[in-house]
Amino acid sequence: MKTAPASEVLDRDFLEIRARLIDLGAMLDRLDRATGSVADDPRLRHIAESLEVLAGEGPGRAARVQELFSLPYDPDWRSRFQEVQP
Amino acid sequence: MNFIDPHIHIASRPTDDLQRMAQMGCVAVAEPAFWMGYDRSGSNSFFDYFRQLTEWEPKRTANYGFRHYCWMGLNAKEADDVGFAREVIALIPEMLERPNVVGVGEIGLHKCTDGEVTTLLALIDLALKHRQLMLFHTPHLEDKLKGTRMILDILGGDDRVDPARVCVDHCEEHTIGRVLDQGYWAGITLYPTTKATPERAADMVEIHGPERILVNSSADWGPSDPLSVPNFILAMRRRGHDEALIRQVVYDNPIAWLRQSEHFEPPG
Repeated sequence: MKTAPASEVLDRDFLEIRARLIDLGAMLDRLDRATGSVADDPRLRHIAESLEVLAGEGPGRAARVQELFSLPYDPDWRSRFQEVQP
Repeated sequence: MNFIDPHIHIASRPTDDLQRMAQMGCVAVAEPAFWMGYDRSGSNSFFDYFRQLTEWEPKRTANYGFRHYCWMGLNAKEADDVGFAREVIALIPEMLERPNVVGVGEIGLHKCTDGEVTTLLALIDLALKHRQLMLFHTPHLEDKLKGTRMILDILGGDDRVDPARVCVDHCEEHTIGRVLDQGYWAGITLYPTTKATPERAADMVEIHGPERILVNSSADWGPSDPLSVPNFILAMRRRGHDEALIRQVVYDNPIAWLRQSEHFEPPG
């Protein structure tokens, strides 16, 4: 499928990327200013790991971030499934 | 550009939305049965809801010049109570005969409980015995990956299932590849915050190609946009994609998918 030159994509998306990064920074700052602590909340770890994915090499960053926020899949789930009787 | 929204909850949208959709080129919609935002108090409520989808909503969209099709089912949010689900499932066979019904859906998983799976197996069996297309809802957010894979396990383990007659909906970046690789149709829902954006849908079309991909608004009673499909068209145009490619995703593909039902009449 036809893909655009990288320079064109960067020109088109740069301001949006910039704006979203600033939004993200502002949201994390907001969290810092809030009272109390959520340091043990696993969602914070997922956020930190996602930022590492974004800073790393592609491709597939979006899918890898999605996976970070996903519950684990057990391929053997059917062995524990019990049909429910009405 | 004319388009078909293959997944939208017209029952939750005001008439103004129907007018705007028509103005933007909508020629047909398909409305899955789903959760109305509250649990129904009895199976009779479903009977009335099914009547709404088969009798009333087609009249509303006809006033704006586009066709209304629907899917019959019990969505995962109300599927965990297996006894209640069986009462609802018993209502479905007679509804499948109604002229705007194109299959069984949206069915699937929500929290992936044993009760939900039990009900889902019964709904799949019903669909297959009545030779119906099937439309699958995949779970939200952190449950999506697990639930999608469980649905694929169930489908893959039933040799009666023809993947070409199944759409696995609400795909995102981490699920769409597996769905397409196994031969199913993949739905991408354009939904603020919790699903895909028009830009991300365009990315997925660029990465995976347009074959067997359906783009929908899934617009309902929550934050959602019945003009999401036109927004996708715009996102694709801004990237310079050919009109033929865009048309394939928003018009030709929905027709190819839905015309497998004997009740679907291609527009025009």
